Amino acid sequence: MNKIEFLKRKATEIRKELLTMIYEAGTGHTGGSLSNTDILTVLYYHIMNVDPNNPKWEDRDRYVQSKGHAVESYWAILADKGFFPKEELKTFSQFNTRLIGHPNNKVPGVEMNTGALGHGLPISVGMALAAKMDRKSYRVYTLMGDGEQAEGSVWEGAMAASHYKLDNLVAIIDRNGLQITGSTEDVMSLEPFGAKWSAFGWEVVEVDGNDIEQLVTVLENTPNVAGKPTLIVANTVKGKGISFAENVAKWHHHVPSKEEYQLAIEELSKQLEVQQ
Amino acid sequence: MSNVALKGDKGNKIANRQAISETLLNLAKENKNILVVTSDSRGSASLVDFGKQLPDQIVEVGIAEQNLVGVASGLAASGKKPFVASPACFLSMRSIEQIKVDVAYSNTNVKLIGISGGVSYGALGMSHHSLQDLAVTRAIPGLDVMMPADRHEAKKMIEALVEYDRPVYVRIGRNPVEDSYASDNYDFQIGKAITMKEGTDITVIATGETVRIALDSAEALQQEGIDCRVINMHTIKPLDKEAILKAAEETGSIITIEEHSIYGGLGSAVAEVVSQSNPVPVRILGLPDEPAIAGKTAEVFEYYGLSVDNVKKIAIQMVRGL
Repeated sequence: MNKIEFLKRKATEIRKELLTMIYEAGTGHTGGSLSNTDILTVLYYHIMNVDPNNPKWEDRDRYVQSKGHAVESYWAILADKGFFPKEELKTFSQFNTRLIGHPNNKVPGVEMNTGALGHGLPISVGMALAAKMDRKSYRVYTLMGDGEQAEGSVWEGAMAASHYKLDNLVAIIDRNGLQITGSTEDVMSLEPFGAKWSAFGWEVVEVDGNDIEQLVTVLENTPNVAGKPTLIVANTVKGKGISFAENVAKWHHHVPSKEEYQLAIEELSKQLEVQQ
Repeated sequence: MSNVALKGDKGNKIANRQAISETLLNLAKENKNILVVTSDSRGSASLVDFGKQLPDQIVEVGIAEQNLVGVASGLAASGKKPFVASPACFLSMRSIEQIKVDVAYSNTNVKLIGISGGVSYGALGMSHHSLQDLAVTRAIPGLDVMMPADRHEAKKMIEALVEYDRPVYVRIGRNPVEDSYASDNYDFQIGKAITMKEGTDITVIATGETVRIALDSAEALQQEGIDCRVINMHTIKPLDKEAILKAAEETGSIITIEEHSIYGGLGSAVAEVVSQSNPVPVRILGLPDEPAIAGKTAEVFEYYGLSVDNVKKIAIQMVRGL
């Protein structure tokens, strides 16, 4: 199996895993987790240098999940990578678990607690700045939601990253176009989106965020320009991978019914057969 | 427990911010991981000299307090020791969510220095006064809260904090403050109150710039035949409950005095301890629940009864049951 095929298959497996977690827990952010699964899969299985046996390894690449609510794909991947036992995924959102509904740094592999929106980019700016100060070559990746872009602190961070010429920083926007109330353009319009980031001094790249091949190419080629932080607008589909959840706003944190769960698992299993 | 009876020089011209900056500069020269992070506030934080001498150890984020704290937490998570210096009013309010999540909850080693706190911005009004910061920061789990009494304590506190791997909020004022200590030759421990003067009739517990008022009040009370204990509660969280309960037991009544709203600050903290373990009368002196009037710190203090005369009057009432 070549790398691309492996990553595609892995992403589907992660989707099955996260859907099961949400179904069994009876809670979760399904739509956003499914939309960012491909991005996280490419980061964790192809791009980032991390060591599950030494999560605090000084030279590791850093990942900060700013859109903290879509944590399920993150938990599934960290477990699969071996940061903690897979068995623990069963405790997701249960009493006294450390696998809560947002990234939590009690869990090995998680750099920072997030969940309140608009925090990840400033934190990542600090990490990237520290790398520059120490002349370290690690990269900092942060994943933000598109609805999250309404937070002012995002733009404070954007200014600082460009001011400090942080070409070791890559921010990825999961641009699925939907937030809890509906379309991002109806709630608080973002377009022309890439142009805003360009105006803030970032090198902007647009990609199909559910296309593994494109993600691999784009992420392998960052930074695109020396002295500039990279912003990847990853156009995704909320609920990606489950036909009846795709592009439906209510799946933001809809928990599948038994029938929906079974249908979804069937769909994903068929995808896996094709990816065999 | 230390008993520092000697009071310092009333004519001190060095502000706590200056003392902190000088201390940080000395320590940062030896340790390149010590950074200061400012939000266009290096002038008001007395960090101009620091920036000139150690340009690689000062991080400027502009007037963006949420980013200020977020960046500091990212620096701390990467092994740096950032000291954030920003006006207390903005630092404690505008970026409180970053303080809660990125600093306290994530347990990053960030030291937050709220400068020009209390009413030290004088005539600039409620937007710039910081009279709720102790209440707000004290309520955040995982965050310690401190106020140095004078330049000597500011220095000792910073020296201790460089070795202290926990998130902390420190609040200082803007202007030179009369010394409470004769020198920095005394024992300072985080979380351990300092009995500045022993006494058996009543206790005044103070923090920050009001420590000097408490010391002067005790002297005035001595002339009235009242033996007043003075406790400097430089660490408001974690609170030295032992010192408070000992004072309640041994002196029977307590007055607290602070440059903060009467809601949620030192007085509240003391009352919480006393009421649950050894209820004795506690009078809380602070600023009322209203936008403070304009004026120099001393004028505002006088107006709201943060004064030797008022402490004396109340102490006499409490001790003699008047």
